[in-house]
Amino acid sequence: MTATAASSRAIAVPRTRQFVMGSLFVVLGLVLWFGFGAGMEAGQTTTFGLTPGGVATTLPDWVLSTRPSLLILALVCIFLGAVELVRGFGRMTNLALGLVAGFFVFGFLVWAAAGTSTNLGGLLNSSLDKAVPITLAALSGVLCERAGVVNIAIEGMMLMGAMMGSLIGSIAQNSMAGLVGALMAGGALGLFHGWLSIKYKTNQIVSGTVINIFALGMTSFISALFLQRQQELNHPPIFPTFAIPLLSKIPVIGPIAFLNNPFVYAMFVLLIVIHTALFFTRWGLRHRSVGEHPKAADTLGINVFRTRYVAVVLSGMMAGFAGAYYTLGSVGRFDEVMTAGRGFIGLAAMIFGNWTPFGAFGASLLFGFADALSSKLAILGIAIPSQFLLMTPYIATMVVLAGVVGRSQMPAADGVPYEKE
Amino acid sequence: MTKSKAKPKPKAETAKPGAVPKPDAARILLQELMSTPAEPPGAKRSWRRRAGRVVLVPALAVLSGLILGGVLIALTSQEVWQAFQVSVLQGIGSSFAVVFRAYAALFAGAFGNPVQMVVALQSGDPLAVRRAFNPILESMVAATPYIFAGLSVALAFRGGLFNIGAEGQIFVGAITATYVGYALVGLPMIVHLPLALAAGALGGALWGFIPGWLKARTGAHEVINTIMMNYIAFRLSDWLLTGPMMRPDSFNPVSPTIQTSAMLPRFFADPIRFHLGFFVALLVAYLVYWFLFRTTWGFNLRTAGSNPNAARYAGIKTGRWIFLTMSLAGALAGLAGTNEVLGVNHNLAMAFSSGYGFDSIALALLGRSHPLGVVLASLFFGTLRSGARRMQVVSGIPIDIISVIQAMILAFMAAPAIIRTIYRLRQPAEAGEEVLVRGWGG
Repeated sequence: MTATAASSRAIAVPRTRQFVMGSLFVVLGLVLWFGFGAGMEAGQTTTFGLTPGGVATTLPDWVLSTRPSLLILALVCIFLGAVELVRGFGRMTNLALGLVAGFFVFGFLVWAAAGTSTNLGGLLNSSLDKAVPITLAALSGVLCERAGVVNIAIEGMMLMGAMMGSLIGSIAQNSMAGLVGALMAGGALGLFHGWLSIKYKTNQIVSGTVINIFALGMTSFISALFLQRQQELNHPPIFPTFAIPLLSKIPVIGPIAFLNNPFVYAMFVLLIVIHTALFFTRWGLRHRSVGEHPKAADTLGINVFRTRYVAVVLSGMMAGFAGAYYTLGSVGRFDEVMTAGRGFIGLAAMIFGNWTPFGAFGASLLFGFADALSSKLAILGIAIPSQFLLMTPYIATMVVLAGVVGRSQMPAADGVPYEKE
Repeated sequence: MTKSKAKPKPKAETAKPGAVPKPDAARILLQELMSTPAEPPGAKRSWRRRAGRVVLVPALAVLSGLILGGVLIALTSQEVWQAFQVSVLQGIGSSFAVVFRAYAALFAGAFGNPVQMVVALQSGDPLAVRRAFNPILESMVAATPYIFAGLSVALAFRGGLFNIGAEGQIFVGAITATYVGYALVGLPMIVHLPLALAAGALGGALWGFIPGWLKARTGAHEVINTIMMNYIAFRLSDWLLTGPMMRPDSFNPVSPTIQTSAMLPRFFADPIRFHLGFFVALLVAYLVYWFLFRTTWGFNLRTAGSNPNAARYAGIKTGRWIFLTMSLAGALAGLAGTNEVLGVNHNLAMAFSSGYGFDSIALALLGRSHPLGVVLASLFFGTLRSGARRMQVVSGIPIDIISVIQAMILAFMAAPAIIRTIYRLRQPAEAGEEVLVRGWGG
């Protein structure tokens, strides 16, 4: 009885989803056609600069005729929507959604920059920059939650990492020392989270809240007492930008991704390492099994508590690293509440990316792009308030979580304290 | 509101045969504080011991938090470090002196300086009197939004939900209340003020309803959704304050000042900001208490929260209770923002509510999710906050120390086992520690 109910639901859900997605694609296509494309004059062009900052030689500007490009994009979207409605993409639906979203955003840019030029390279560059801390925060969440511990304290850990990174980096006048300090600070908070939520089985959200309040208070306290009064304590040397030899010569993508801050490279490496470790090693299998079914894992001789402790400490260190990006990577000083909710966006990116490293990275790029675009809109003179663009990450996450578009699959034992019998 | 007397009150019935009404009332209250069923009639004296236990852990948590805060103050004081370089004994003495001075300043800032009060009363100068008594009233002003926000989280806890979105609900409540406050002109106060309050509650309720509804319909966890709603509320207020709701003659992102008819009246002249909102908060706290423990609806809400399966079996529609609980919690948080606008600021500025959302979780836990406990915890935190302002001026200790102390208190409240280990308390006989919420999935 339950089996049939479950299977009938399993069929029913994709149907509605197929319908919703198909309609969405078509609607987006129609918006591109009527909202953006139809109003354009015939001869108008859009110019995209392909010059990310910091490089002299570049590609020539990319000139598009606005109206035809928009209409083509619209047609492609409508076509994809029709296919989805009639046949359905099945497993490829998310890919199709990504494509349509990409086309739509591109079309929006083409429309917004009609008659003028906009620097696409710069936009992508700043999107990546803004995505870095979000990705790192999301990775922190992935590490923790895959082992079944909810971590909403990423924000607090980031703040602490940023503050300690700046403080220790300034005292030692060495950015590497600062980084180690940031990792230790984040790891210590992670350990505290583990101590409360694993040993004392405190509700993990309460424990995360404790850390958030604590970190916010502590960093502001130290900052007001020392960092602001003695500027030499808040002036760490930052990691210099360096170019990866061959890769940075690739047009457009090269300067964006491979002529950058070491944090960006570290992010790529960590993405690959964590993805491999989680899904292709024995360690990862154990790690995930603790998050999915701790009792079964325990029965098979995996130490659930130790695995979870390792997870929270690693997660804390990752968040500390994300915080260090601010003080040792980009800004070069600590300001109170400087992470400004990036930890929570990271949490959103993790959910949006379905608790996988690369999914989280994709979501972070998207969120970073929304952030970068919002500051661009004012320059282009578009009447959409930037705040609405800045809302999109949160709304998108809620939509994904509600299962309207896509399905989020969290680890089964996420947030459940483990009781050994 | 259905006020059926019969169903949800086994406690009231045990209370009736009791000859002396007063201690019995206290006993019922305590039983509710412990959220355990009524005791067998044989255990007559044990409620007093229980009272001790109910208060003991929070009191020790507060004490430990203050001690740790003192340690932090001593550790970060240069005076103490210098004294330690002279000798260890002098260092210890100096740390006690520094911490004592800091907490004395905090105390004076929170309650006022008794010497100053006496002098002012003798001089008879009304302004001096008001200044002398301002600190304690200012503490109550600071406690008022805490009461509302703490009640919001506590109510959600009782319904088995985690409202981490009080911050966003505060913002939205403040936005709607401000709008009603300045946009409606020419209404008498008796109409305008309640209208503005209702608008604030409604705005907050909407912000709580959305995650609640999403949870009831799709199972999406309210913690994530309320966090997202927080940030949506921040952006929304950013937009409103730089656009539609911006004061026309100003370059700052500030809303117009609300009409005087929408302001919560103040009781004293200028330096004292003590206003009607405090009593509204107490009234609302009583209403929440009455609702939770004296009505069928409250009973249903608590049952749906503490044991959804049993509730469903008993015919309570848990899904409906999820979004009703969240809406009510949102309304309470919305009132916190409304109170700040109508009572204190009289306009809406960016980031006016700093951290009430997280603090309110601490309040609800410290108050054991009981309205009375929340009121007491709020008074304590409000006192701490307003006293810390003076401490910052006098001793140069940043106000953020309060957050650290709050976090410590919250940690001890969340893991009472730590307190029991430190102070060697016995494990309570009944294992009925409140289990708050389930994981992401539940």
